Amino acid sequence: MALIGDLSIQFSQMFLVLLLAPLLTGFVRQVKARLLRRRGPPLLQPYRDLIRLCRKEAVIAHSASWLFRFVPYLVFAATWVAAALIPTFAAGLLFSWSADLIAIIALLGAARFFLALAGMDVGTSFGGLGSSREAMFATLAEPAMIMIVFSLALVAGSTQLSTVAAFMTSPAVGLRVSLGLALIALIIVAIAENGRIPVDNPATHLELTMVHEAMVLEYSGRHLALLELASSLKLLLYVSLIACIFTPWGIAHVGKGFSLHAIGLVAYVGKLAVAGMLLALFETTIAKMRVFRVPDFVGVAFMLGFLAVLLRFVSGSL
Amino acid sequence: MKGLAFDVAHLLAGGLVLVSFMQLYQTRLYALLNVFAVQAVLLSLSVAWQAWVQDAPHLYITAAIAFLFKALIIPIAMHRIIARLGIERDVENVVGIGPTMLAGLALVALSIVVMLRIAEQADPLAREDLAFALSVVLLGLLMMVVRRNAVSMVVGFMSLENGLILAAAGAKGMPLVVEISVAFSVLVAFTVIGVFLFRIRERFDTIDSGALDRFQGDRQ
Repeated sequence: MALIGDLSIQFSQMFLVLLLAPLLTGFVRQVKARLLRRRGPPLLQPYRDLIRLCRKEAVIAHSASWLFRFVPYLVFAATWVAAALIPTFAAGLLFSWSADLIAIIALLGAARFFLALAGMDVGTSFGGLGSSREAMFATLAEPAMIMIVFSLALVAGSTQLSTVAAFMTSPAVGLRVSLGLALIALIIVAIAENGRIPVDNPATHLELTMVHEAMVLEYSGRHLALLELASSLKLLLYVSLIACIFTPWGIAHVGKGFSLHAIGLVAYVGKLAVAGMLLALFETTIAKMRVFRVPDFVGVAFMLGFLAVLLRFVSGSL
Repeated sequence: MKGLAFDVAHLLAGGLVLVSFMQLYQTRLYALLNVFAVQAVLLSLSVAWQAWVQDAPHLYITAAIAFLFKALIIPIAMHRIIARLGIERDVENVVGIGPTMLAGLALVALSIVVMLRIAEQADPLAREDLAFALSVVLLGLLMMVVRRNAVSMVVGFMSLENGLILAAAGAKGMPLVVEISVAFSVLVAFTVIGVFLFRIRERFDTIDSGALDRFQGDRQ
């Protein structure tokens, strides 16, 4: 009976993230438009886009191999599984014990690898350009992410997200400079990984500097819908990750009753809204960087992560 | 000793190291000076916290001196020097920010390893302060090595001295007279450097130290 309850919460969480992901994207777009004094598309526009794309025919280039058709499903599946592993409104879920933060990074890395392959598959110059840039950013962002994981694991004593969240709500945390550094580093990595503004502009298909859009340029129809949904999911995943590690207030633990879950759900939606507003504000106040300055930007994340680990060693060895 | 006193000291000293890193990648002179002022503010906060923890009132004077000289007088004077030299719009080509950062990280790791080994019997607060102070000193030296603009070198030198003050505040029993004389000698050094900057510029029309290489005569 307990198993059924756990499973139902796990599956409701999985479908919740799937449902909320386009809403978050739409919300960020809406807030950005309002900040620029435009009216912007309605909040539900991403859902309409996805439905319309699903109805359309998927056009595939003659030179595309079987990989090109499989990649959207692979990318979507990997991202969805990774998103299901992160505690959103309830911690200690059934699936979360089978994989930790490192597994989540590996899943996202696998998704990115296949997407980069697909970008090069058709053989157009834009796809190759996007793939090479994505690979360049990834080689910088992933070491930084690993450093962040190390510092978190050193502080909390675990790479398991539910344990980390439980540790962060306990009074044992104290005032730690390592955590502050890790938070800034994680935000930089999240911006770089999601292709938000200083790194890549998510709102354009017509720039020579585009990265993600260049890779998916050849996709259409349901394939494109899946990739769009996967990229919204990835944004939601990073927001949930930051919220679950650094602001784990209100997260319910499994088996604590319905009312606590409801509170957790409200808190989670509130956190998403705050994060979306902050992201939109950040994106409107900053200009996009040149591609060759991005390594400096992401390098800062690596430096901060490394410093966090070092500082943790100092305070830990005393 | 794992209480709030240690955590706050750790936070401030860690912030000092972080600001040292920020200095390494600032390419604009005014931004560099602002970061230096932030570092001085952090330093004076850190010293004041040590004064409170150690119950040593004379450290408050050190903190006040650090704040007055390092966070106010020197940055303002440097702003005016830069304005008078007419180089406020110069963007320095810092060669290889990435390798510099990696070198800085290696230096921080080195100083932490060294300090945690050799000061094993010391009070944890002092040990941790010493480890961070050595990293700030080494990062200041690194800054002086990698930069070519004389103004940036001066900032590197000043931030090195910040590390020394941090170490002095962490070690109990440093007499006040030593700290005051260190603070004043830095001010004197700053005055001399200020004069020198103008002399170098008069002589070579630039304060880029790369230009000085040409005047070394025959190098065999």
